[in-house]
Amino acid sequence: MTLSPKIYQELPSQTAGPYVHIGCTPQTAGLETIYGGSHLGSKMINEKTLGTRISINGKIFDGTGTPIKDGIIELWQADAQGLFNSPAENRGEPDRNFQGWGRQPTDILTGEFHFDTIKPGRIPYLSTSKLQAPFISIWVAARGINLGLHTRMYFPEEVEANSEDPVLNRLEHQNRINTLLAKPITDGMYQFDIVLQGENETVFFDI
Amino acid sequence: MTNKPPSSGGFFPRNFKIHPPAYAPDYKSSIARSPKLALVSIGNGISEITGPVFGHEDLGPTDNDLILNYSAKDKSPIGERIIVYGRLMDERGKGIEGALIEIWQANSAGRYRHTKDKYIGPLDPNFGGCGRTITGEDGNYEFRTIKPGPYPWPNGINDWRPSHIHFSLFGPGFSQRLITQMYFEGDPLIKICPIVNTIPDKEAIDLLIARLDMANTIPMDTLAYEFNLVLRGRRSTLFENRPEGN
Ligand SMILES: [Fe+3]
Repeated sequence: MTLSPKIYQELPSQTAGPYVHIGCTPQTAGLETIYGGSHLGSKMINEKTLGTRISINGKIFDGTGTPIKDGIIELWQADAQGLFNSPAENRGEPDRNFQGWGRQPTDILTGEFHFDTIKPGRIPYLSTSKLQAPFISIWVAARGINLGLHTRMYFPEEVEANSEDPVLNRLEHQNRINTLLAKPITDGMYQFDIVLQGENETVFFDI
Repeated sequence: MTNKPPSSGGFFPRNFKIHPPAYAPDYKSSIARSPKLALVSIGNGISEITGPVFGHEDLGPTDNDLILNYSAKDKSPIGERIIVYGRLMDERGKGIEGALIEIWQANSAGRYRHTKDKYIGPLDPNFGGCGRTITGEDGNYEFRTIKPGPYPWPNGINDWRPSHIHFSLFGPGFSQRLITQMYFEGDPLIKICPIVNTIPDKEAIDLLIARLDMANTIPMDTLAYEFNLVLRGRRSTLFENRPEGN
């Protein structure tokens, strides 16, 4: 196959600004009635979705320890079998009752976000057959964030899989792994806080 | 499903020279919200080259028409009526079909319909300020809207945003995810905007400026602006092989 020359440049990023909720989760900005009353990504699972139900709560903290209240957070994850509901998935038939993508605002008053989803299956690392520990890809945008931030949430109970995970093992600063581990609250409930700056700054990825 | 990937390889690495750095102190909000440590480069696997698919059934018929999607029957928002249109493509120039584009903006007085916007510019009862669409076969898209007004914002003592529309873009891969802003040709506020100037490469700013296009205006009705969108392109081979370690 011949490579075509790269002739266009990706658009430069600009901050989502303080009003990203208008565009991405309009009901939380005060536009209750638009788009049939709910935003895309608000519901990740239905009764037929396969897999273990989990919920994730958290906040995104700035460098002063203040939760940010004007952000959005998106999840992208494999289904319970480790397959993605996407045209580029060619390893098998994904669960069509699971889109794999979710989006929520950080609450305008408290900064809290909340997702109901399922625990993802394991997927291979790059082109190898080595499996990664289960994880959820996360993307964050808000005022003051100049380029959307990618991170991952891993599961604390997956001690063995986490210890063998090729991405976690790549981290130069192994003491930062805990920033990628959710905290168990009760069965199926996790807390995952994201720290933008300072002590315990979350690991962000260039992907 | 329509947002077919142009090929199956990993995405070209991001050119960080054209993106604003996380810490851009003239834009004060970035100071406490910028990670200080380096991003960890992990490359593209199946979780990065895949992304969500949106169907036309997810959208309503007037979702891309901001003149109609919030207005009362037989009423119109106040302001300059414009069409914003263009093509979404990747860095290789291939149109991206089936991609979700979402926009949000202030009204013609520079006021957002948001519970937290207290600017003196009035709300327009017939203008919501958000829209969304899914790109067509060639990556084509269009919105009809009202030209947003400039507005002052708390940064320096006298900072004003140029007229702009916020754009949120999805490509077929989650690593293409991008939020940016569109500006209008000829706006004197662009040059002095601290947010525009977070972009280190001054020539790259030009990529965010829509051009007036008289050929696509509707005479006696609506002006047209062309704004082409480019997301990361990808290699044609399956996953890139990366050596372990850094
Ligand atoms: Fe704005």
